[in-house]
Amino acid sequence: MLATLVGELLYGVTRFLVGGHSIWRGSQPEARQRIYFANHASHLDTMVVMAALPPRLRATTHPVAAADYWGRGSLRRFIALKVLRATLVERGGSEDPLAPLRATLESGESLVIFPEGTRRNESRPGNFKSGLYWLARDRPELELVPVYLSNLARAFPKGALIPVPITCVAHFGEPLQVEEGEEKDAFLARAHAAVCALAPQELADE
Amino acid sequence: MSDTMLILFSGVLGLLVVASGVGFALGRRVRTPAGRATVDNLNARIKAWWLMVAVFALATTLGSTVTLMLFALTSFYCLREFLSITPTRAADHNAVAAAFYVFIPLQYWLIADDWKTLFSILIPVWAFLLLPVLSVLRGETADFLARTARIQWALMLAVYCISHAPALLLLEIEGFEENFLLLFFLIAIVQLSDVLQYVFGKLFGKRKVAPRVSPAKTWEGLLGGGISATLIGAGLWWITPFQPGQAAALAGAIVIAGFAGGLVLSAVKRSLGAKDWGTMIEGHGGVLDRMDSVSFAAPVFYHLTNYYFAA
Repeated sequence: MLATLVGELLYGVTRFLVGGHSIWRGSQPEARQRIYFANHASHLDTMVVMAALPPRLRATTHPVAAADYWGRGSLRRFIALKVLRATLVERGGSEDPLAPLRATLESGESLVIFPEGTRRNESRPGNFKSGLYWLARDRPELELVPVYLSNLARAFPKGALIPVPITCVAHFGEPLQVEEGEEKDAFLARAHAAVCALAPQELADE
Repeated sequence: MSDTMLILFSGVLGLLVVASGVGFALGRRVRTPAGRATVDNLNARIKAWWLMVAVFALATTLGSTVTLMLFALTSFYCLREFLSITPTRAADHNAVAAAFYVFIPLQYWLIADDWKTLFSILIPVWAFLLLPVLSVLRGETADFLARTARIQWALMLAVYCISHAPALLLLEIEGFEENFLLLFFLIAIVQLSDVLQYVFGKLFGKRKVAPRVSPAKTWEGLLGGGISATLIGAGLWWITPFQPGQAAALAGAIVIAGFAGGLVLSAVKRSLGAKDWGTMIEGHGGVLDRMDSVSFAAPVFYHLTNYYFAA
């Protein structure tokens, strides 16, 4: 109850500040099991993707968040676990970091992941880490939906204290799959290109 | 709401009913796909007008504080739209944050506080000097002048210029009490001028005024719409402190300034590679697509009225 209220408040503030509406090209907001993978530029990214999903999809979609940041402190834990219902992942831990993600997928629900692993201070996404490939190869029936978040590096750049109101849009693209015998690097390059292809002009200008 | 305001908003209500009726009739007659698109856009615009008029009427009924909040919110959305399609950089973050979080509230608070002198110089002097300082502290010199100028332009247009509309409430004019009527006069003439230019342009438009800047603006639209709006302004003299001739002259000034604002902002928009400022108002585009003419007309009308009529 409290979590729902706080959630509505956070999504409301996010929309007021940065808009965060969605554009679907090549996929539709359907209730299928998916991994949404997006570029990562700011702490607002998770909020913007979740705000851009219709509520019925949001209810079965879990953003993946770093345990070293979101698992600390009771307020952050409350927001991560109760409000966003995030799946926490250990960065640089010794055991299999993908285990919590696999568990969420096992339960039939969807994930939002940021395959760059960390925020970047520019609009072009950096190289993808391999997690997306391993998850996709294990469960070929999943739809892998590329997402490009525009303007977030300007709305809330790394190192800034507060976000500024610049309109951000979540662009959802056509689903991918790992092809028969496709190598890890080839697939990750293709996934990276699929995210970049959704970017409006801003990448072309650089 | 005073009796005069009630009469005025009843008139606007009548116009909207007629417009909706015409839109409905056109929708049943149109056959071609291009005509269909135009009529659908027209009907979306009329629908949005209902909402905008309702919000404006509600704010003026609730008094000056709510009206100021409405215009502050309008400035917020216009500034957001302007900066969203303007290429700012991470190094501009503090300047942009100051524009939103300091200068919007402060500018409108100064109106609420009736502090006219500081209201007039806050942004052209203090923000003008402060914003480049906030940017320069980040040490990024690439494109510095252009980056600074963009933020200053955005703040001047979206906040300083637009705030002159509700600032009309501050003017002290002898023998004239209800300043909301001045605000109504300004907004009504600007928006009627835009609408009538659109209507005359669609019906009779042939010769384009500035085809590269704004392909929809025609001389027929400008003259037909502009003259009609000026005449309507003259006809509204009884709600203002002006004589009929003065009301016509001021309405004419509003029309010309509004047209110039639409043209200039269209050039800015195109230089940034966009067709609309945003998507917030269906059929119209962004908030700034509706406020572009107000941003130029408000300071012109404010200062002419202040100079010639205020005590």
